[in-house]
Formats: sequence, C-alpha cells, structure tokens
Amino acid sequence: MSNGRATGHTAIHAYLLLLPAFVLLLAFTHVPAVATLVDSFFSTPKGSRPSVWVGLENYQVMVADPVFWKALKNNLWFALATIPLSIGLALVMALWVNERIAGRGFLRMAYFTPTVLPMVAVANIWLFFYTPGYGLLEQITGWFGLPSQNWLGDQRTALGAVTVVAVWKEAGFFMIFYLAALQSLNPSLREAAAIEGASRWYFFRRVQWPLLMPTTLFVMVNAVINAVRMVDHIVVLTRGGPDNASTLLLFHLYEVGFRYWDSGYAAALTMVLLAVLATTALVQFFVLDRKVHYK
Amino acid sequence: MSAPATRLIYNEPGRIDTVAAWLLALLWILPLAYAVWTAFHPTEFSTRFVLLAPLTLDNFARAWAAAPFARYFVNTALLVTMILACQLVLSTLAAYAFARFEFAGKKLLFSLVLVQLMVMPDILLVENYKTMARLGLVDTLLAIGLPYFASAFAIFLLRQTFMGIPKELDEAARVEGASALQILWRVYVPLARPVYTAFALVSVSFHWNNFLWPLIITNSVSARPLTVGLQVFSSTDQGIDWSVITAATLMSSAPLLIAFLLFQRQFVQSFMRAGIK
Repeated sequence: MSNGRATGHTAIHAYLLLLPAFVLLLAFTHVPAVATLVDSFFSTPKGSRPSVWVGLENYQVMVADPVFWKALKNNLWFALATIPLSIGLALVMALWVNERIAGRGFLRMAYFTPTVLPMVAVANIWLFFYTPGYGLLEQITGWFGLPSQNWLGDQRTALGAVTVVAVWKEAGFFMIFYLAALQSLNPSLREAAAIEGASRWYFFRRVQWPLLMPTTLFVMVNAVINAVRMVDHIVVLTRGGPDNASTLLLFHLYEVGFRYWDSGYAAALTMVLLAVLATTALVQFFVLDRKVHYK
Repeated sequence: MSAPATRLIYNEPGRIDTVAAWLLALLWILPLAYAVWTAFHPTEFSTRFVLLAPLTLDNFARAWAAAPFARYFVNTALLVTMILACQLVLSTLAAYAFARFEFAGKKLLFSLVLVQLMVMPDILLVENYKTMARLGLVDTLLAIGLPYFASAFAIFLLRQTFMGIPKELDEAARVEGASALQILWRVYVPLARPVYTAFALVSVSFHWNNFLWPLIITNSVSARPLTVGLQVFSSTDQGIDWSVITAATLMSSAPLLIAFLLFQRQFVQSFMRAGIK
C-alpha cells in the first residue's frame, strides 16, 4: 500500500500492534469457546480412563437432568423479573434526579452506591437482612404483626428474594445511562412542550421515551447479559437451594464443573449459555441496531 | 440562572415525586445503613436500635484478627493494578492499529475482538481452568488476571476515541520525524486521558468486585483476593456472628466506597462515558 508506506503506517506495524492483545484474546476467549464445543461431545476423563467421543450423550444427560430444567426455568423467571424491574426503576430514578429535586446529590448517591460495592459483600448484608427471626426484614414485618418467614429458606420465596437483591444492585447502574441520555436531550423540546401546554405524562410518552429508545435497548442488552452472568449473590445467599429453588444456569454450571468435576457435562451446559449470549448478540446486531438510529 | 420561568416550573417534580424519590433512596441505602449500624455497635445492639448505644471499633479489630485480611487487601491491590496496567498497554496498541492503520483482514479481526463483549471469560470457566492447570498457574494472582488482560471493551472504547482525534495532529508529528509509537505516546495517549480515567475506574471496580473466577482458580490465602477471602471468612469461620461479618464486609468494600463518596462526580461520569458508545 503506497499510501501506508508514505505515512510510515504499514500493515506489518499494525499486525505487531495487534499481536499481544490477540494472543490473549484467542487463548482465553476464542479457543476456549471452540474447545467447549468439542469437549461437549467427549466424556469426562476419569483417573486412567481418557475422554472418548460420546456424541450427544452429554446433551442427553442435560435433557434428562431435572436440575438443568429447574435452573433454566429459574433463570427465565429471574430474567423476566430483573430486566423490566431494574430498567423501569432506573428510568424513574433518572427522571427524578435529572430534575431540580430536593436533595438531588443525596438521591443520586443513594441510588448509585449499590453499583460500586462488591456483590459478595452486599449479599452478605442482605443475608443478614433476610435472617429469620432476627434480621431487619423480620423486625419490620414483626411490627405489622406478620408471621415469621424464612425468605431464603422457603422454596416459594427464595428465588424472589435473590431477584430483589439483583434489582437493587443493578437499577442504579442503569440509571446512569438514562441520566446521561436525558441530559443530552435538547432543552428546547421541553420549552416547546411547555408552550403547547403538554402534560408531563404526555411529554414523557411522546418526547422523552422515544428519544431514550437507543439507551433502553443498550441497557436491555446489558440486563440480559447480567441475567446470565450474575451468580455471586446465589453463592452467598442460597447456594441454589432450598432444593434447587433458586439455582441459575451459571450456578449449576459452576457446581457441575467444580463440585462434581464433570467437565463433559459442564461443556454442554456452557454451550447453552453461549447460545443464549450469541442469540442476544445476533438480535442486537440484526434487529435492534437496524431499527434504532445511533448517532 | 436566567432560564425563563416556564422552564423552571414546567415538569419540575412535585411534592409526591420528592417524597417517593426520598422513600426509594432510603430503601436503597437501608441495607448499607443497617450494616454500618451493626458493625459499629457491640453485638448486643446488632439488631436493637437504641439511639445512645455505645459505638465501638471492636468488631473491626476482631474481624481483622480472625482472617488474613491484610494479605487479601494486598492481593486485591496487586491484582487490580496488574490487570489495569496490562489492559491499558495492550488495548492502546490494538486500538491504535484499528483506528489509524489499513491492513488486510481489519474488519474480520475487529469483529473477533467484539466477540469478547458477549462471550466473556466469566462464562468459559471450565476451559480456562484447564488452560491454567496446563500452564501450572492454578492458585496464582496471574491466573486470576490473565483472561482479562486483553479487554475488548477497552479496545473498542479507545478505538472510538483515537478515531475522533484529528489526523492533522498525527501528520504534524510525523513531519517532525516521530515514529508511529512516538506519535501514539505523544499525541494520542495524552488526548485520550479522560477516556483512560473512565476505563480505569470501571476496570478497577469490576475487578475489585469480581468473584466467581477467583473463587474457582484460587485455593489458598496466598492468592485469594478480598471477595473470595470475605466469602470464606463469613461462610465457614464465623458461624453467625453478624457484627464481625458486617465489619469484615464493610472493611472489604471500604476503599471503593470511600473513593466513590470522595470522587462521586468522576465515578458517575466515568460509568456514563464507558457506557455510551
């Protein structure tokens, strides 16, 4: 390339600049992703027995595993609850702290603080919060004369309890993106709406919400990824229990891979997670990015 | 402010909004406030809210003595520094190549980078564990950090920034005889400083808080970061002494929490900058 040579920017230089990053990217992202696919067709090596080709057996084990279906179902509910709740709350928070509301600085800090704290640490605090007969939640429900409830130890409430923690942790993070988007909206839109006498709800529905759409989609993709990836609070709060009532896919993968050391089955489970993430990526790329105009 | 009166009044949150916003904010910091109360009071007051309950630092002293938290702090500090340093160097070089060079396969290589935005190392636990075992790195700080050294996110962010820098600056430096690397160092890096700060804050808080991969790849005090140390401490050593556990919890979050409270504006702006592509 003559132009490249004239400016001293040659292709060789470019490849050399890329080399260190690509060695690591390939070693810890692309190669393992492909290796996972290959391993999912092989048995788990045990002692002197090396791994052998088993075809779809690991996937058959997965389909026959009730814990997998439980984890899948739980994860679906977890996603269906955390995604709209955290996005909705984030939007409301951002609309509030974007205005001149009393104590705006404190409100912003209060909403955002959970984001910067380690999930393991805050999950420990929530564990204390939920403790039956002793924790703060019990004390509050006690004042209202409600019966004692073991939130994390009851099959009916465990998943809900861990979902609340996830929403609490995420909402402030998503608020930031809405806040940034709201601040970049043209102030004359608001003046025009004021002159027209539009109600606040009308202004939100017809002006702010459509203009926030790219942000909503960006946040939504992040929320989907988080619904797959968030697992720290499960480790601390319930370890998937009671009786797998709060297990999620990644937690199940962790148990299969590192408690039972069944790497063949773990590879099949990883493929499910990769499929979910790949679908998200494709939907984002081919559907959402086409419909929404980014700057 | 000389804004017209309509702008001041129009859409301002009313009393109901203010009350609701405050209630939500109080609810949001309630767990943290509760932890602070428990950690700074003697055990008998851990769930009894008496205004004049005596304050104490005893819980922190007991937590500090009960587990090697000093070592965990050192490990985490080394870990986040090592990861950040490698991320900055590797992604600066790669982003420069993508922003200012023409070469065969550029698009393909860039999409290979973007793959990592979805397929994070957090998911590929089993294979990465095998790799670390083969390299003999299990239970080392290097093993915790290695999968994160090449960050697609950082490459993407810096590429965008570098592309926004006027080419004239680049050419002017070249006329003076500067090499490609010198130009990168003298022109691009200084101009991208706000982006570096933003990425650094996001990266440090992410890796300070990271848990699952460090939990899997470490099995001794010598390599354990704070998050894993805290979990081992609170799940096995303590039974249910909540005063000590909350003290340990606050202690391990303290550096980030204090940094956040001091530099709130920078934190919020950094997270914003990092999120808007």
